[in-house]
Amino acid sequence: MEDRERVVARMQEAVGPTAVITDREELRTYECDGLTGYRAVPSLAVLPETAEEVQAVVRICRDEGIPFVARGSGTGLSGGALPVEEGVLVVLARMRRILEVDIPNQRVVVEPGVVNAWVTEAVAPHGYYYAPDPSSQIVCSIGGNVAENSGGAHCLKYGFTTNHVTGLEVVFADGEMVQLGGKTAETPGYDLVGVLVGSEGTLGIVTKITLRIIRRPETVRTLLAAFPSTDEAGGAVSGIIAAGILPAAVEMMDALSRQAAEAAVHPGYPDAGGLLIVELDGPAVEVEHQFQSVQEICRENGAGEIRIAENDDERALIWRGRKAAFAAMGRISPDYFVQDGVIPRTALPQVLHKISAMGSERNLRVANVFHAGDGNLHPLVLYDGTVSGEAERAEELAGDILLVCLEHGGSITGEHGVGFDKKKYMPAMFTADDLDTMQLLRCAFDPRHLCNPGKVFPTPRLCGERPGPYREHPLQQAGIAEIF
Amino acid sequence: MTVLGDIVGTPHVRDGGSGDAVDGITPRWVAMPASNEECAELLRLADRDGLAVVPRGGGTKLGWGNRPRQVDVIVDTSRLNRVLAHEAGDLVVIAQAGTPLATVQDTVAGAGQMLGIDSLWSGATLGGIIAANASGPRRVRFGTMKDLLIGITVVLPGGTIAHSGGKVVKNVAGYDLGKLFTGSLGTLGLITETIFRLHARPPTRRAVQAHLASPSALGLALQDVLRSHLTPTALEVRWDRSSGRLICLFESIEPSVAAQSDRAASILSRFGPVDVVDDISDLERPPWARGQTGLKIMTVPARLPDVIETVLGAAGEHGIDCRIGGHAGVAVLLVALDGGPEAVASTITTLRSRLEQEFVVVLEAPAPVKERVDVWGNAPGGALMRRIKEQFDPGGIMSPGRFVGGI
Ligand SMILES: Cc1cc2nc3c(=O)[nH]c(=O)nc-3n(C[C@H](O)[C@H](O)[C@H](O)COP(=O)(O)OP(=O)(O)OC[C@H]3O[C@@H](n4cnc5c(N)ncnc54)[C@H](O)[C@@H]3O)c2cc1C
Repeated sequence: MEDRERVVARMQEAVGPTAVITDREELRTYECDGLTGYRAVPSLAVLPETAEEVQAVVRICRDEGIPFVARGSGTGLSGGALPVEEGVLVVLARMRRILEVDIPNQRVVVEPGVVNAWVTEAVAPHGYYYAPDPSSQIVCSIGGNVAENSGGAHCLKYGFTTNHVTGLEVVFADGEMVQLGGKTAETPGYDLVGVLVGSEGTLGIVTKITLRIIRRPETVRTLLAAFPSTDEAGGAVSGIIAAGILPAAVEMMDALSRQAAEAAVHPGYPDAGGLLIVELDGPAVEVEHQFQSVQEICRENGAGEIRIAENDDERALIWRGRKAAFAAMGRISPDYFVQDGVIPRTALPQVLHKISAMGSERNLRVANVFHAGDGNLHPLVLYDGTVSGEAERAEELAGDILLVCLEHGGSITGEHGVGFDKKKYMPAMFTADDLDTMQLLRCAFDPRHLCNPGKVFPTPRLCGERPGPYREHPLQQAGIAEIF
Repeated sequence: MTVLGDIVGTPHVRDGGSGDAVDGITPRWVAMPASNEECAELLRLADRDGLAVVPRGGGTKLGWGNRPRQVDVIVDTSRLNRVLAHEAGDLVVIAQAGTPLATVQDTVAGAGQMLGIDSLWSGATLGGIIAANASGPRRVRFGTMKDLLIGITVVLPGGTIAHSGGKVVKNVAGYDLGKLFTGSLGTLGLITETIFRLHARPPTRRAVQAHLASPSALGLALQDVLRSHLTPTALEVRWDRSSGRLICLFESIEPSVAAQSDRAASILSRFGPVDVVDDISDLERPPWARGQTGLKIMTVPARLPDVIETVLGAAGEHGIDCRIGGHAGVAVLLVALDGGPEAVASTITTLRSRLEQEFVVVLEAPAPVKERVDVWGNAPGGALMRRIKEQFDPGGIMSPGRFVGGI
């Protein structure tokens, strides 16, 4: 940064001296997000407490031509909040107020630093909850959820963050603060809220969010079914969907992840090649009927033991192993990569076999624990970083798994985002024209690429270029028709 | 015309006639492309020569939006009418944008599935419903187009063909162009292919309704239903002058439908007489007739009684008839106004001044009404919308003038 002193002074004036961090050691706190493989120390970090302070900070960045990156709780798993070395990190952790709880209209208005789980805590006494439930929900921020369009185990039935945000206040790179949407279910004009959610912090800094909350269901029923292998478990998932049942959650674990979870948190899961957790919620009568059907379908597909949670404690026990599964990998492997890819649900058995074969070829183990209902895989590639070359092989395998997802018509990310980590895979999923067209949006919001630059897109195009080389119509090529 | 014929084939281009007029403006030509490439070629040509393009699906909502500044070519999507794939096991359907919604519903019904959007306008196509962001009663449960659309292909002026999303429901790779194009009313580009998530078609249904004597009773009844454990697929209101109805539709397996409609009846009976609705076809039509003015008012549930009172009051003051319908569960009202253009326009202006927290949009109106009011009213984020328009359609050829703020 050219004139760092001047910038620091201006920032201090804007947000107060204690809210500007300039010390390199202190700045190291922010050098990475949840994906610790990528690190960069920002030139400075600021911790605004109000939307107006965010605006003042962004205006300084605009005037000085300095890139800035928003950071929520730093739990992101794609390097989305990775700082820019010559830039400013805008940490939203001090903007933690729940501004309004509006039960009659089923809305809650929050600042971006509010932790996901706090929203449900605030509305639980009224019998409501906030549906998107990423596993990181006791730490991650709503601002980060909005940026990543985060999901959770229960998004199969209730949708992702995007389905639960009706309004945003955003500070754009030109320093303007704009209210988009509101408490109403929709507003006229382009769906800018829909565009902002999931844009990974590249279009602006969100300073206020209006969330939709929903009524707690009357009944919740949860079961754990043990299958000989993930094939049979996958068959049961297909059977449940084919029966017209939309569970609140369907989670699967393979033998390896079961073993790790068992070692870490002792949920007492039955020994099995494939474990399925199925949760139904809704009106009591409906849930009871469908719960019977789910049990039958599991049995028809070869389930041995089926455990049914008879109360909340037993339900918590069933979920405990699943929720701890990622962290539990430490029990069976010194290091691991968490991958996030999506496939059409019906391709599950094929893709799991393929992944296992690819692991064997490279002499690496892959544990699978995932959201089976919507085909969102989380293969955990296990390796030992002290063995030379193993980390590289593991990383390569994790990448190849994504390509397998794409071969089956899937996606390179279902919830962790592209961020810094996966931008190199974007051309495998999208054409150059697709990416250029997406970047038109970027150009509309931030033509100077100051807002979280270097994320999502492999090669940012200059604003003002038209996307896509024109391709001649076959008739023209053949000399049959001329465009006048 | 020959050039258009070279692109789409001579039989698929014709001169525009009065039946093709958009808000009274007759296009010079109507072209019917049959592929993404033909669409790209058409838009490239139009962009180069500054021809104004209005896309047309079923033509059911061509009157929505402001009167366009210019219409040279109607790009009619009726030949882009194929369901490309129905992946029943994955609850996904892929279809060209000109496919009528009814065709898609028929195709997927065989597997006991449905696309969770209902059209109040028969003949509507997927692309048209997306572009107009039209929705129906079941949005209370299934959401609107933006919640169901998981992948899209669009063609931009200049001829770029672009995709976003894909055929998996859970997917956060890249910006979501589907959201951007939902409700864009043909002002950014042409929607050519769509991918949707599907839902299981519920085996049975039952609807119960309460007859209510005042908007405040409606408000209380609605709050009690919202706070109950009921999971209706629709929660509709109908209101004429002094009385109205709140209708709860349950669609699920029989035991659930039976239990929930009983429960709903007991909740609703505290507010007025309750009966079972045998014929729900009335829920699937807009409250206005041809030639009347149709408004969409977006509010929040707690303000519904006030908004209804305000609408009734304003219509009364200006001496016109009104009928109110809409989706009470999400507080989106559809209002029919019937009267002379002067009085209808004044009613709209009065409504906008009194309903400051609401959005009052004119969906359909006779030309003399449209000449007197802006159909969109206030819309947040106008300057940004203009910048987006400039990026996607720098030549301003796509449905010029129809959108918010004259975009
Ligand atoms: C153990 C663990 C489990 C996880 N489980 C899940 C899961 O189940 N589902 C899931 O979807 N994700 C999961 N994640 C990933 C992560 O928690 C989510 O992506 C989360 O939304 C990130 O929130 P954050 O506050 O930590 O954001 P950060 O990591 O701080 O930032 C994430 C992105 O958001 C941007 N951003 C942050 N705040 C704002 C703002 N106010 N305005 C604009 N942009 C902003 C940043 O620039 C960055 O690009 C998990 C992570 C961990 C570590």
